[in-house]
Amino acid sequence: MQEFRYVITDEIGIHARPAGLLVKEAKGFDSKITLEANGKSADATRLMSVMGMGVKQGTEVVIKAEGPDEKAAAAKMEEFMKANL
Amino acid sequence: MEQFEGKAIYNGVAIGKIKYYAKSEQQVKRYKVEDVDAELERYEKAKEEAGRQIEELRQKALAEVGEDNAMIFEVHAIMLEDEDYNESVYNIIRSDKVNAEYAVAATGDNFSLMFAEMEDEYFKARAVDVKDVSERLLRVLSGESSQRTTGVEPVILVAEDLAPSETVQMDKSKILAFITREGSANSHTAILARTMNIPALIGVDIRQQWDGCVGIVDGREGLFIVEPDAATLEKYKGEQKKERENLELLQSLKGLPDETKDGRHIELYANIGSVGDVAGVLANDAAGIGLFRSEFLYLEKDNYPSEEEQFQVYKTVARNMAGKKVVIRTLDIGADKQAAYFHLDHEENPAMGYRAIRICLDRRDIFKVQLRALYRASAFGNIAVMFPMIISEKEVQEIKKICGEVRGELDSSGIQYGQVELGVMIETPAAVMISDRLAKEVDFFSIGTNDLTQYTLAIDRQNPKLDSIYDAHHPAILQMIQMVIDNGHKEGCWVGICGELGADITLTEQFIRMGIDELSVSPSFILPVRKAIRESVYQR
Repeated sequence: MQEFRYVITDEIGIHARPAGLLVKEAKGFDSKITLEANGKSADATRLMSVMGMGVKQGTEVVIKAEGPDEKAAAAKMEEFMKANL
Repeated sequence: MEQFEGKAIYNGVAIGKIKYYAKSEQQVKRYKVEDVDAELERYEKAKEEAGRQIEELRQKALAEVGEDNAMIFEVHAIMLEDEDYNESVYNIIRSDKVNAEYAVAATGDNFSLMFAEMEDEYFKARAVDVKDVSERLLRVLSGESSQRTTGVEPVILVAEDLAPSETVQMDKSKILAFITREGSANSHTAILARTMNIPALIGVDIRQQWDGCVGIVDGREGLFIVEPDAATLEKYKGEQKKERENLELLQSLKGLPDETKDGRHIELYANIGSVGDVAGVLANDAAGIGLFRSEFLYLEKDNYPSEEEQFQVYKTVARNMAGKKVVIRTLDIGADKQAAYFHLDHEENPAMGYRAIRICLDRRDIFKVQLRALYRASAFGNIAVMFPMIISEKEVQEIKKICGEVRGELDSSGIQYGQVELGVMIETPAAVMISDRLAKEVDFFSIGTNDLTQYTLAIDRQNPKLDSIYDAHHPAILQMIQMVIDNGHKEGCWVGICGELGADITLTEQFIRMGIDELSVSPSFILPVRKAIRESVYQR
């Protein structure tokens, strides 16, 4: 399993636009990617779950990837978070 | 005549007939189905059609209101394909053996309630998006057309709430204004209204019986007037006329270069005091921001704003300006601008006291936090930084040393930053007199004519008794401006004016002939000044 932490810098938090893009990215991998924040966790391929966490600016999110392409998935997610969130 | 208050999300005046927009309430019946697979199939087909409609709306929005606003329909498309959403619909159809309409309605209610119950205003507002998607599915399932007509006459639309897809579908030429009870300033309808330049109020206690009455929307004051009396109607008609003339000026001048008749280009920038002003800058088509007063960050707070807070603000402005220049002035506090937590002593003569750069060079901790935030934000756009109240070369050298330290710290932590032009405000007679030497130290000058006039003429701006002798066109000031321009140009600095005098269109041609490179004025003055520039001749 791969794991990293990221603190959200986006003003609104994980809002609709990046959440939508994030789901698209996550769907491209076979590994199961989960986000954990505010004591909740969400499957990164599910928009309602991701947005339902209500992650705001300054919140630390733990991102985990588990599966055959977990390394690539974690790397891509980290790149995505840095660029969009 | 009755008057109601609301929250204005777009300034402007609209007068016209009120149309009450009743949502066709989807009455969803629940009934048992025999063939569950056929029902799932019916749902899949409806989903496909809904997806097609959303894509059409996205294209329409893309053409009419731009990519950022069209993004919401991409989100709708993802919601429609969302596994949580679809699993819920499937589960209800399968386990309860019920119709797809019922399953969609129940699922939509659940998820929109989830958002509605969230604390954050932004997430709360997303309940509308879930509802919008669900209602679209329901319309497709029931075979109802999604097109709504508002009639032939343009109207003030009054509604409980408007979904983004409803707003986009409406014929803009038939809408004078939006008035809703629900919605937030963050809702997409609000954003769309702003983008489309349609006056809009939210949070108004609307009534169905207004339908057909005459209404006035005052977007500046956040007022909605129903059945106005003759005098009120006259007053607003006059304001609307003025506004329309302005708008025509805007339309005719928008996109035109800020050039004199003989082709001399002037950088016409805007002065702003907060992030919220950026919309006005873009709407008025300024080429950049020539003065971003950073004080508001400090004045709105009970304590020093953190580096991160400041970074976010500067980054947002830089990004929104998309590569256009953003000149940010470092903290100019003291004198008439006070924040309690700075614990500044009372002064007999605050205009000449402990203020602006004098505080920053004395309390470097505060200064460095701001500089770090500015440099970090410079990676996201075209940021320039200028320093207020300069009187000596030594101050500038000291500032540059501190900037160097900040860059060094960022380098060693591997944090990126962009090319940042450094400039000084010329607002003291001392700075004018030594502008030849200051020019060797910096990239640009921005002349702050308000303070410069006050210090040069020795006239306190706050004292009304002196108004009659306060002459903004005093030859001393104009000669000083000439001196600054000449000294700046000798060393390759660009020179601008960001004080009130920059917006004085009786002087525009004179400034241009003096060689000014940039004028920075309030957003509402951009177009009048553009007009003056375009009517000017640089070389006689």
